[in-house]
Amino acid sequence: MIRIINGEVYDPINGINGEVRDIFVDDRSIAAAGAGGTTIDAAGMVVMPGGIDMHCHIAGPKVNIARKMRPEDHRNDVLPRTQFTRSGVGGSIPSTFTTGYRYAAMGYTTAFDAAVPPLAARHAHEELNDTPVVDKGFYTLMGNNEFIMQHIASGEKEIVRNFAAWLLNATKAYSIKLVNPGGVELWKSLGNAHTLDDEVTGFKVTPRQIIQSLADASIELNLPHRVHIHCNNLGIAGNWETTLETMKALEDRQGHLTHIQFHSYGGTPGGLFHSKVVELADYVNSHPNLSVDVGQVMFGDTTSMTGDGPLGYLLYQVTGRKWVNVDVENEEGCGIVPIEYKDKSHVHATQWAIGLEWFLLVKDPWRIALTTDHPNGASFANYPRIIRLLMDRGYRKESMQHVNPKALADTTLPDLDREYSLYEIAIITRAAPARLLGLAKKGHLGVGADADITIYDKNDNKEKMFSVPRYVIKDGQILVEDGHLREDVSGRTFYVTPEYDLEVEKEIRKYFDAYYTVEFENYPVQLEHYLPRREAVMCRDIK
Amino acid sequence: MVFEHAVCAFCGCVCDDIAVTVEDGRITQAKNACVLGKAWFLSHGQPSDLPAARINGHAVSLEAGIDYAASLLSQAHYPIIYGLSSTSCEAQRQAIALSETIGGNLDCCTSVCHGPSGMAVQGVGEPTCTLGEVKNRADLLIYWGSNPAESHPRHMTRYAVTPKGMFIPNGRKDRTVVLIDVRPTPSSRAADILITPKPGKDFELLWALRGLILGNKIEEASLAETGVTLEQLTDLAIRMKKSHFGIIFIGQGLTQSRGKHLNTTAAFMLVRDLNRTNKFALMPMRGHGNVTGIDNVLAWQTGFPFGVNFSKGYPRFNPGEFTIVDVLSRDEADLIMSVASDPIASLPATARKRAAEVPMIAIDTHESETTRRAQVAFIAATAGIGAEGTVYRMDNVPLHMDKILDLPFPSDEELLSRLHTRVKELKS
Repeated sequence: MIRIINGEVYDPINGINGEVRDIFVDDRSIAAAGAGGTTIDAAGMVVMPGGIDMHCHIAGPKVNIARKMRPEDHRNDVLPRTQFTRSGVGGSIPSTFTTGYRYAAMGYTTAFDAAVPPLAARHAHEELNDTPVVDKGFYTLMGNNEFIMQHIASGEKEIVRNFAAWLLNATKAYSIKLVNPGGVELWKSLGNAHTLDDEVTGFKVTPRQIIQSLADASIELNLPHRVHIHCNNLGIAGNWETTLETMKALEDRQGHLTHIQFHSYGGTPGGLFHSKVVELADYVNSHPNLSVDVGQVMFGDTTSMTGDGPLGYLLYQVTGRKWVNVDVENEEGCGIVPIEYKDKSHVHATQWAIGLEWFLLVKDPWRIALTTDHPNGASFANYPRIIRLLMDRGYRKESMQHVNPKALADTTLPDLDREYSLYEIAIITRAAPARLLGLAKKGHLGVGADADITIYDKNDNKEKMFSVPRYVIKDGQILVEDGHLREDVSGRTFYVTPEYDLEVEKEIRKYFDAYYTVEFENYPVQLEHYLPRREAVMCRDIK
Repeated sequence: MVFEHAVCAFCGCVCDDIAVTVEDGRITQAKNACVLGKAWFLSHGQPSDLPAARINGHAVSLEAGIDYAASLLSQAHYPIIYGLSSTSCEAQRQAIALSETIGGNLDCCTSVCHGPSGMAVQGVGEPTCTLGEVKNRADLLIYWGSNPAESHPRHMTRYAVTPKGMFIPNGRKDRTVVLIDVRPTPSSRAADILITPKPGKDFELLWALRGLILGNKIEEASLAETGVTLEQLTDLAIRMKKSHFGIIFIGQGLTQSRGKHLNTTAAFMLVRDLNRTNKFALMPMRGHGNVTGIDNVLAWQTGFPFGVNFSKGYPRFNPGEFTIVDVLSRDEADLIMSVASDPIASLPATARKRAAEVPMIAIDTHESETTRRAQVAFIAATAGIGAEGTVYRMDNVPLHMDKILDLPFPSDEELLSRLHTRVKELKS
């Protein structure tokens, strides 16, 4: 039993906005009342649920090849082993142990990797098992799956749905992810998809059809998190039209558009960008079926890693730095390039401003989540600074002084005076991601919720406040005190098990025999072995 | 009893379509396996009269062996744990944890095979793919410094040369195969074109080829030292530029000959340049069954793929400083522990000399030069036969190996875990 008394509680799911009240923890969950055990006097402190990162890149082949590629990213940021914890390295692509510890030390207790090729699902699970403290899961890539494209083209909607369900079961993934739908397949012959109606060569299907079919599948399968979309044309001037088309293509279907910052550019391809957030945010504001996460850019050196192969090549051409490309049979691709965002660069300054515009122009905080698309926009270690930029107008104005003024002038950022409240911060870092993910026991402090709690000392400097929580409680255990991890524990992996018609396996087996290089029988991830600590999240009608 | 779809973890091909027959506690058949795979299944799947633990050649109980090995490990000042290419990722994790506790170095066979490929990735990146992309799309295959017919016997038949694929409907007929090696090998028979440069001239040849691909003029005279004519090289460059999807498979002929990481870097840059106009990829022909696994586990746990040092309490990486040959040849290591490898039979003489002077612990699935020489030798159940676990194919595709047989030995994973527990007790 832990009693947290006298704290100022921010628990938006339960409508609690800074009231001083006591929180009780019994075993691993929040309880209504209790006595005995440990008491934490949180007078003068802020109490929130543990943070949730709904879109980051922390596990799997793309992250790991980036680690291998960038020893220079690690050597100046090392984490010695302690009595409790394993050693590791940091930088933009931390080792797995460091990733878990640093999320926890920052008050985050749940994180989802956003892009795992199904063929490498086992690898992602192995890494997640070595990522301590946080609860986790991943979305698996389907937007360029050749089996899916073939069956969309032939109009076999049921096969597509059954296959998607089979694939989620086989990979023990959490949701369906689309990355540059159709475009990555085209990249396998050096092409790309430029509009929603480009035909994917050899498959007689368009990005629009892929988006609609998989959005339908995610709804019909009642997935707790609906389709998660990385739109076509990421990073290209003028891409906002594609983004708007994607939103429209969803019609009234629920869908999540990720790292929306990277998809909100006006201009013409090859030229400078300017912001089109006002137009896109308007559309999001008036369409409650849509949600976004931001993918905020912060200045400094980081690593771009994406399932979007042609984007990786574009960044290589722009930066001239080292470049990894991996094409994955029948499924997906991947591109990795180191990148430094510079505040004097017109393009980078525009990206920085666009991210902040998104936070400040979306009216409903329940449909926008704080992310940097770690490490693409910046490392997750930047979250406290982003929170300060959102909560502190003065700091934001001061930060703008250092940023390319011409770029800023083409955005609405200088005119935006909105400041986030602690309640709104609790929404975009906890409550909203929990709801969007369909995790009923996360992101709040109501009775029965998982006892993942972060307690901060109040501080006018919000970056300092959110960098070093006073206490972090995970599953009812006090793990972090004053930024130091006291104990090393393992979190669990969330996955879904949607039902499907077993008949589809016959068709899949034929496909495997013809086009895969692993046996159908050896493809599915062994549940007991690779998810030793796990929680299946039910697929049920959430209307 | 027949195990269909068993995974063969002998070489980097990691074929997972083997039908293994078990009769009376021994493996009697390994259908679909190549000559190497059959030998691996049949020899490792037999009862053995070797003791599970020996100290100075005398059989002891497992506990006594672990006790003695743990005392050596806990007293070492600059130990090196080496090998790990022929075991499961689960065992590899245990070895890294142990290495972190005792400090010193952890290196894997990568440092003496494709370490230079890893260093090329760190220099310029890597355009690559999974083997299924090769099966489904590759119309031009170039083996450079590799002899797959002997080292990876099913590479050509299962993944690369003969199979039919989605965009390669006629299989072999739709593909051109080029072999570049200093002499004809058993693989030559499978090639349409054989190019035989002079030994040690790979870098020069790659650089000239890169020049041709980029449209530069290359003088015939400048190629003289390579032993390849301008006509041959131009023909190859034209084929590369005409291909829809080409791939270079690089072997140790490139990584371990004069030039090493400069050779691999040149090859990676050549492929990178080709992508301006053609889809092209490159893949190292990783040798041992799970050498790709140890690179991966080390990278996700420490940030670095081989040659890692823990002496300061956190991981550091420096090939040439923390790698096995260097740590031994400079007389620095004061203990060597070999896991699933045979360094005494494979390392250069200067390194072997040091290994003979310091305490050595060996864990392997069979008797070897190293187990015979070790102060403490353990026999372990082979991962993929007597123990389950994870293995990574040469293209980083992960597969799960089931346990097929009960063998009278503990797994590497269990041995390493017990050693670690005992070391922690001794150190506290």
